[in-house]
Amino acid sequence: MSEGKETLVKDSIDRGTVDAARALESDKYAEGFVTDIEMELAPKGLNEDTVRYISAKKEEPEWMLQWRLEAFQRWKEMTEPTWAMINYPKIDYQDAHYYAEPKGGAKYKTIADVPQEILDTYAKLGIPLKEQEVLLGVEGAMETAAAARETPRVAVDAVFDSVSVATTFRAELSKAGVIFMSISEAIREYPDLVKQYLGSVVPVTDNFFATLNSAVFSDGTFVYVPKGVRCPMELSTYFRMNAKGTGQFERTLIIVDEGGYVSYLEGCTAPMRDENQLHAAVVELVALADAEIKYSTVQNWWPGDSEGKGGVYNFVTKRGDCRGARSRISWTQVETGSAITWKYPSCILRGDDSSGEFYSIAVTNGRQQADTGTKMIHLGKNTKSRIISKGISAGKSNNTYRGLVSIHPKAVKARNFTQCDSLLIGQTCGAHTVPYVENRRADAQLEHEATTTKLSEDQLFYARQRGIGEEEAVALLVNGFVRDVLQKLPMEFAVEAQKLLEVSLEGSVG
Amino acid sequence: MLELTNLHARVVPEDGPAREILKGLSLAVPAGEVHAIMGPNGSGKSTLSYVLTGKHGYEVTGGTATFEGKDLLSLAPEARAALGLFLSFQYPMEIAGVPVMTFVRAAMNAQRKARGEPEVSAPDFLKLSRVAAAKLKIDPEMLKRPLNVGFSGGEKKRLEIYQMLMIEPRFMILDETDSGLDIDALKVVAEGVNALRGPTRGMLVITHYQRLLDHIKPDRVHILSAGRIVKSGGPELALELEKSGYDQFLKAG
Repeated sequence: MSEGKETLVKDSIDRGTVDAARALESDKYAEGFVTDIEMELAPKGLNEDTVRYISAKKEEPEWMLQWRLEAFQRWKEMTEPTWAMINYPKIDYQDAHYYAEPKGGAKYKTIADVPQEILDTYAKLGIPLKEQEVLLGVEGAMETAAAARETPRVAVDAVFDSVSVATTFRAELSKAGVIFMSISEAIREYPDLVKQYLGSVVPVTDNFFATLNSAVFSDGTFVYVPKGVRCPMELSTYFRMNAKGTGQFERTLIIVDEGGYVSYLEGCTAPMRDENQLHAAVVELVALADAEIKYSTVQNWWPGDSEGKGGVYNFVTKRGDCRGARSRISWTQVETGSAITWKYPSCILRGDDSSGEFYSIAVTNGRQQADTGTKMIHLGKNTKSRIISKGISAGKSNNTYRGLVSIHPKAVKARNFTQCDSLLIGQTCGAHTVPYVENRRADAQLEHEATTTKLSEDQLFYARQRGIGEEEAVALLVNGFVRDVLQKLPMEFAVEAQKLLEVSLEGSVG
Repeated sequence: MLELTNLHARVVPEDGPAREILKGLSLAVPAGEVHAIMGPNGSGKSTLSYVLTGKHGYEVTGGTATFEGKDLLSLAPEARAALGLFLSFQYPMEIAGVPVMTFVRAAMNAQRKARGEPEVSAPDFLKLSRVAAAKLKIDPEMLKRPLNVGFSGGEKKRLEIYQMLMIEPRFMILDETDSGLDIDALKVVAEGVNALRGPTRGMLVITHYQRLLDHIKPDRVHILSAGRIVKSGGPELALELEKSGYDQFLKAG
């Protein structure tokens, strides 16, 4: 029953989300509501005390605090990068709260302790935590065995502002040996694993935003999949920025040991606000020999209104390390939100015969600016990478693909295939492609294809002549444009992503 | 069924001056009839089909066009389609990434929704599709590929008629459907078109050549020249044209 109900809830929310978005005239953003809940905030500003405050809140061991403080020292000496094709007013790093948690403590003992307002928020967003928790009961699971086969189950870590409020399916996962918990808990419970891997893919001093994150990261997800284990369900984290004047600095660390496999989904939303909110996350993936990690993102942060007021500044460092031989990492992203997106999920192909993939759909509308792409660093022999990027620009937005394929001297017979397609809707948007290639080997095989097309009025007319209304026709054509990437997303997400595209591009024609 | 009275229309290119193409065209096609429009290049045949279906870049400057008494010209293209107007394009569009069946199903359901009818169910759709494909000798695998992408000219035309059979429009405009078709394909396509003839449907067949009319027999033939109908007659008019060309009629007009 619960399974069936969950699907229903999700379906009706998806539909509700789309309908609600349709109903909004200028601001087509269904997730833009604010949850009214008492919050505990760190004092505004960023200094050593802020870092100590966060560390103390998290009850962190001394080594973690020192790690943060070192990062903070380095950050003070760094300057913000300016090479991306994005424009924004200078960010005042002292004018934000670096920590926000719902009052009453960081982590709730059981799901029953999570305030109803937060549960409602996630339910509204289509993440029924309680429903999933109910499924933990053996009896329920027995009854719904048939339904369960049809509805793939997803374990969720829900992060509300700076804290993880609930993590579902933990018991079941731990039976399989999979550790799935918030990173704050992992620091306390599995310090050795964290110490070994944290910052090993994205070093503390990697870049301005990653270093800032290292100093003040609040919460995020930790996953460890042991040797030879195929994670029995999809894992996901749902990030929600709620509190006013806050930034979110989450940190995700996923380690898959030899021969293991995990598929991980990440979703993000934030309320509509006139101010700009900063989001600077770091995600590190480590795949040991023969391990595989699939990481999918549907990013729908508040993009600002049609005039460019408000919206999330999304400065994210995501990197995967194919550390072992034959390991595989794939990034799939659907980016429809944020006022500014600065994001380059990358793969370091260190292990021989390892492979990296990057599939991306980036949509910009209104005044949004996206500068996104990937880096494929080929270090090992016979390493392969594949990049498929689909940029869609509408309104007065700017969409840039920026990518690097780097073949190092020891990467015997490395191979890369890159395809960058841009679709322009209307006359006032921009699409840019900035591919870099560094090749140090004569036997490397590199292919690059790029196209830029305008959504043609003739195509639209053709569809309309067949009876398909203009907005639906745009959605149909856009879906066709991104189809090969959508197919890479897990089933559940693909449907959501498709609807999201539709909503994001509403009003982009005519 | 379709009535055009003193229709004037011009084409407004994005770059360049507007040109008047239709200059007082009048025409009535009653339900149950098939009318052929013939005429030399540039006489306004394709413009007529675009004006009737509401393509951007075409502007009606005078006259009326009604479909079963309803003013066509004030309606959006999709609303005209929902009324039952279908254009088999001279140059069908390629739509990357959208499989033929996905497109056609979206079209059928959009029309049904606009008319307040229930959507076509997946099994019904597949059944209809199988029948239509068989009638037109279309390989069903082709229907899973993106619409018209990489298809030959003949295949594209065949797919236009496939869409027509699926959508079952009430009024069909065939714009040079015979171009790009070999004789065998022409027969297959014509059979498909003829299957839709009936007392409640009307059809406008735009063509240069008699050979299509050998297979789709018109009730009336009109000769279009410089934006007006200069001569109308029975099927024999097309045969006469084939023998002696347009010149005699153009002078008369």
